Amino acid sequence: MLNGCRALDLTDENGFLCGKILADLGVDVIKVEKPGGDPSRRTEPFWADIPHPEKSLYWFAYNSDKRGITLNIEANDGKEILKKLVKTADFVIESFPPGFMDSLGLGYSMLSGIKKGIILTSITPFGQAGPYKDYQTSDIVIMGMAGILYQTGDPDHPPVQMSLPQACLHAGADAAVGTMIAYYHREMTGEGQQVDISMQQSAAWFLANAIPLWELSGVVSKRAGAFRWTVNSTQRQVWQCQDGYVFFFMVGGRAGAKTFHELVSWMDSEGMANEYLRSIDWENLDMFKVSQDVVDQISQPIEKFFLAHTKREIAQGAAERSISICPLSSMADLLNDAQLESRNFWVKIEHPELNTKITYPREFVKSSEKACATRFRAPLIGEHNEEIYGEIGLSKPDLFALKQAGII
Amino acid sequence: MDARSGVFSGIKIAGFCWAVVGPLTMKYFADYGATVIRVETSQRPCTMRISAPYKDGKPGLDRSGYFNHFSANMLSLALNMEHPQALEVARRLVAESDVVMDNFTPGVMESWGLDYEELKKVKPDIIMLRQSGFGSWGPYAQQPAFGMILAAMAGLPNFIGWPDGGPLPVGVSAYTDCISPRFASAALIAALDYRNKTGKGQLLDLSQFETTLYFIMPAILEYISSGREPSRIGNSHPYAVPHGVYPCKGDDRWCTIAVFSDEQWASLCKVMGRTEYIDDPRFGTLPNRKKNEDAINRLIGSWTINFTPEEVMTEMQSAGVPAGVVKNAADIYDDPQLRQRNLFWPLNHPDMGLFTHLGQGFELSKTPAQAHMPSPQLGEHTEYVCTKILGMTDKEFVELVGAGVFV
Repeated sequence: MLNGCRALDLTDENGFLCGKILADLGVDVIKVEKPGGDPSRRTEPFWADIPHPEKSLYWFAYNSDKRGITLNIEANDGKEILKKLVKTADFVIESFPPGFMDSLGLGYSMLSGIKKGIILTSITPFGQAGPYKDYQTSDIVIMGMAGILYQTGDPDHPPVQMSLPQACLHAGADAAVGTMIAYYHREMTGEGQQVDISMQQSAAWFLANAIPLWELSGVVSKRAGAFRWTVNSTQRQVWQCQDGYVFFFMVGGRAGAKTFHELVSWMDSEGMANEYLRSIDWENLDMFKVSQDVVDQISQPIEKFFLAHTKREIAQGAAERSISICPLSSMADLLNDAQLESRNFWVKIEHPELNTKITYPREFVKSSEKACATRFRAPLIGEHNEEIYGEIGLSKPDLFALKQAGII
Repeated sequence: MDARSGVFSGIKIAGFCWAVVGPLTMKYFADYGATVIRVETSQRPCTMRISAPYKDGKPGLDRSGYFNHFSANMLSLALNMEHPQALEVARRLVAESDVVMDNFTPGVMESWGLDYEELKKVKPDIIMLRQSGFGSWGPYAQQPAFGMILAAMAGLPNFIGWPDGGPLPVGVSAYTDCISPRFASAALIAALDYRNKTGKGQLLDLSQFETTLYFIMPAILEYISSGREPSRIGNSHPYAVPHGVYPCKGDDRWCTIAVFSDEQWASLCKVMGRTEYIDDPRFGTLPNRKKNEDAINRLIGSWTINFTPEEVMTEMQSAGVPAGVVKNAADIYDDPQLRQRNLFWPLNHPDMGLFTHLGQGFELSKTPAQAHMPSPQLGEHTEYVCTKILGMTDKEFVELVGAGVFV
């Protein structure tokens, strides 16, 4: 949909997803790396467990559909080349510490002087200004500062992380939205601007009802492990089944009544429901007020029922009855998932250097007008130097000289 | 309610949305100037309107803190779609709209005669954005989807927990609900731009399940490459020791510390006043720290427990060591950084009083998000929408009110 737009993607792993989303929407995204390759290429896991800058699966995951060049933007010649590229671009995306682009003479005011209407999207841990802006971070630090970590884990243990970095993804996806809002404004008015993304704020943006609960009731939402935390009771939401785990939580009232009715009749058909379950008026059950005793009495037969079934049986039974119960998917389950298969979600992309094809998500949106499918793998180091620098008039001898000088 | 300024000024969105994922998507547009009309009914109210906490603990459709937290800047049209005269009103709304959004279980819009093909007949260049849990088709499409369930379906709990324990849910129940709206909004803005340039509308279909998989892609690739499924590793990190959550002074207070280099380790030791550990053969290098990780975690925990998390963060940060407060909701509410960046909008609401509405997650330097008005009461803008946007005469409107369409 955005064919004809170009983005220069100067980000490290904190910002990859922004350019990935724009690329899938049709933007020509050019990943600009340091000569020798971006340090994030050393991020594990690696293809076949071989640590190598051309084999980082983290790099593969979020840089497909981007072209790649190398450029030392801290050297004077490199800056001049970047400025030439900026003239051809609509977006510049970066994730340097606040003030770094300014210190190179490549801040927003400079870039907008070079290219009227340019949009500069800056992704940092805490944003461009404010008391925490220069803090040192990592994912666990930011997720802690964003309020998600505190609510995750068992009540009798410390809060626990999600071991795959998440804050960078909230920020990267938010950055794509902010960049698109700025783009829409530019298309209407010609005016560009800077989009200031904070990883903390993007991750903290939506904490469900934790903020109103604190403001209205003075109650701090707590972590509840495998249970669902409510003020009056704890309700199990992670259940064991024969070969893994099932997630199901009790939703009261009209919203949850259908699931309860269907589940109880499913259990009944196998002789596993009891009189107590059959007697409950699910429409008028308020799970926020219900006592622990009632929760326990509802839970016991359900627990036995799940234990008697496999993940697959539960998934199929739930789908047939349109009820909200899901198994915990393994990575293998996801790659063989019937729903994803029916929507043609996975696509195999060629990696000629590895002599293989690797499975990726095809597209995050199905458009009736334009395919948004992943087309090609992430770039090798400097893979498109000749192609892209050629467009701005650099010859092969120029490129050779620049390479000797350590600029590209 | 008069014509709003902002990036999306003049864009009208008819939102057949409820719960979280649809409304949160509309929020991006409402906060940047679009006229966003939520179509809802007291006959089957949005689940958020009947979710605790309530103002003063008294339930009421306009008193839910959860609903009112994230619905600023939207108009509410009360329209009972089960009423025989409602479809005509809905069609008039579609005719005036640029975008129709829905996040109901697939089949609901069809049952009302509001599927994409029908919408196109009313407004040929309409953009329809559908965003259900599993997408509009496929064997699981009809399953009602809650965030916690979708997160499990997408495998997230595999990454959360202790080596000797089971998988744990993400602490924020609506986690997938805040992932999908980002993908959806970026696509919708692209579609609006495409329509402006080509005159063509389109149907966009997203699945929360699918967009959430983008948040675990490296692990899926790792499985493809090595056959390894994720394992639960608590708060450890392959390339950082110490890396974890440590107890602090106070009730359930915690801090994070993450040390990626020997320099950071030396700085940490200095802050703790334990310089003898800097070159201690057990701790001096990452491989040795990894071997002695439990001992290090105990050492650090026995130091941090003497301080508040704020003190640990300040001391560590001034020495260049990544560390932070593990913030709870009260801390987030008062966070100086988030406050400075206007994450929260205090707005006067007729039922809630002065109440904290959610703002936006990012800042645009020239076109900031605007807190234009508080979250709507159910049906608050029915007359305005019907007479000013749909162009009904007063007589027409009054007749429809009498017929019970707007409830």
